[in-house]
Amino acid sequence: MPGRVIVMERPNKRASYLRAVASGMSLTFKHALKPGKVTQQYPDEKWELSSRLRGTHRMATHEDGRAKCVGCGLCPTVCPVNCIKLIPAEDENGERYAAVYEIDEFRCIFCGFCQEVCPVEAIHLGVHYENAEYSRERWVYDLERLTQMDHPVTSLWDPSDPASE
Amino acid sequence: MSPVTGAAFVLATLLKAVIGFTLLLVAVVLSTYVERKVAGFIQDRSGPNRVGPIGLFQVLADGAKTLLKEEVAPAHANRGFFYLAPALALIPATVLFAVIPFAAPLPTQWGLVEIIVADAPIGFLYVLGIASLGVYGVVMAGWSSNSKYSFLGGLRGSAQMISYEIALGMSLVPVLLLSGNVTLPELVSMQQPYADGPATWGIWFLIPLLVSGLLFFVSSLAETNRLPFDLPEAEGELVGGYHTEYSSMKFGVFPLGEYAHLVTTACLVTVFFLGGWDIPIWTGDNIRVLADGTVIGDPTWWKTVLTGGAFGVKMAAIILIFMWIRWTLPRFRYDQLMNLGWKVFLPLLMVYIILTAGLVFVLDDAGLATGPAYGLILGGANLVLLIVLMFAVDRGLLIRGASTARGREV
Repeated sequence: MPGRVIVMERPNKRASYLRAVASGMSLTFKHALKPGKVTQQYPDEKWELSSRLRGTHRMATHEDGRAKCVGCGLCPTVCPVNCIKLIPAEDENGERYAAVYEIDEFRCIFCGFCQEVCPVEAIHLGVHYENAEYSRERWVYDLERLTQMDHPVTSLWDPSDPASE
Repeated sequence: MSPVTGAAFVLATLLKAVIGFTLLLVAVVLSTYVERKVAGFIQDRSGPNRVGPIGLFQVLADGAKTLLKEEVAPAHANRGFFYLAPALALIPATVLFAVIPFAAPLPTQWGLVEIIVADAPIGFLYVLGIASLGVYGVVMAGWSSNSKYSFLGGLRGSAQMISYEIALGMSLVPVLLLSGNVTLPELVSMQQPYADGPATWGIWFLIPLLVSGLLFFVSSLAETNRLPFDLPEAEGELVGGYHTEYSSMKFGVFPLGEYAHLVTTACLVTVFFLGGWDIPIWTGDNIRVLADGTVIGDPTWWKTVLTGGAFGVKMAAIILIFMWIRWTLPRFRYDQLMNLGWKVFLPLLMVYIILTAGLVFVLDDAGLATGPAYGLILGGANLVLLIVLMFAVDRGLLIRGASTARGREV
């Protein structure tokens, strides 16, 4: 279907100035007296976030506090921006764990592939966005910091419930 | 009770100067806050509300910020004039305050103190003279900055302010025709009814001189460089206009001067057209000090407070209307501004002065006594004139209104 072109006929020669001024003034006056303001008082009032918001990462833990990560290396592989640094290790029982696990939140594009790819549901994105810091170094989250996060984790998209209702 | 004399007069004048200046600065600072609140409300926002109760300390925070910022002067600026310009922008606006009467005279044990810093016999000429000095701050800032943007802003400012000064002065001539006096306290008295003493009009000059009042209001919008006449700043075209190169408190002084100008202009509109400190209907506040020192009326301290409050309310209303206009109307194009000033206001005011003078002459000749009835007849004539004028200005489209914009498919 071809696009439609509509030429607006502006009343530039036939408009009344005074009426235009009067209608403009009455409009602003009505708005000035309107009680509801659109401003959100941000630090006092916060957004209601969707449970599917992809924000700051969180590492799930076992009951004894160890990170669930088994160091399989899938998340650094799938990560499109290479923001995950993982050095796996093996303990005396032959179980693999992450000796170093760092996520550079500055580099991260919050695509959520790491959460989708994780076989043990260890790394998650979270419903959390307030992560301002004073230095760039503080934006690299290590394993300890990731496990200590306590915000709700992002729920993945469910094909049987596409609108998350 | 007679007016104060001698040492008491000097002391009272000093006190009035200090208190008046403080009140002016408080009004200026508050109006910067109110401007932002009004802007917020008109745009469905809430305006500044973080610092202090309902954001009232925002102005202090802004002041501290402006003072602590780094001061930068352009390398090729003309230093002397560059530093002098902000002062010249602020001073005329503040000294204009000296001749404005804000309340009924206050009785003290040393005599009657008139609530006006300097009761100059030529108060009216002082107002016009000092108001025209305001242009020097703008011109000097624009020229000494050695920047093209500033220079254009300064040129526009000088052309605009000088053009509208003429309209400003001429729109006050009919006021002089009615009052027959140029001191501002006398102008206020002429708008109040008195049982005895020389005859007065007893009606606010806005009614018998409606056209003049409206033109004075519009010209003072242009004179204070506020939207829709803020061509000297025109941030879309000239970055910041005449104050582009200024930083820190030198920059802060320009808006401060502009708001001081706003406040004093609101005071002038109040004195010339809204009866000054007169409280309508109630006659108890009608206190008049004649040139020979006789006092008509019964001054008490609470009447001074009440009339001062009335003056404040009228002034605040005018300031709010100024702000309301600023946040509604778009800026004029430069040629439109000049056309309005020279081709509309100037001939219109000349005709209006002649008409008013002729009408006053005819009515005086018919034996009509100065008073409210006379004022209402003049007011009726003004209303007719205003309606004719609106049709002429609007090219006969006032009734039909704007034709609605229609789309045509091609």
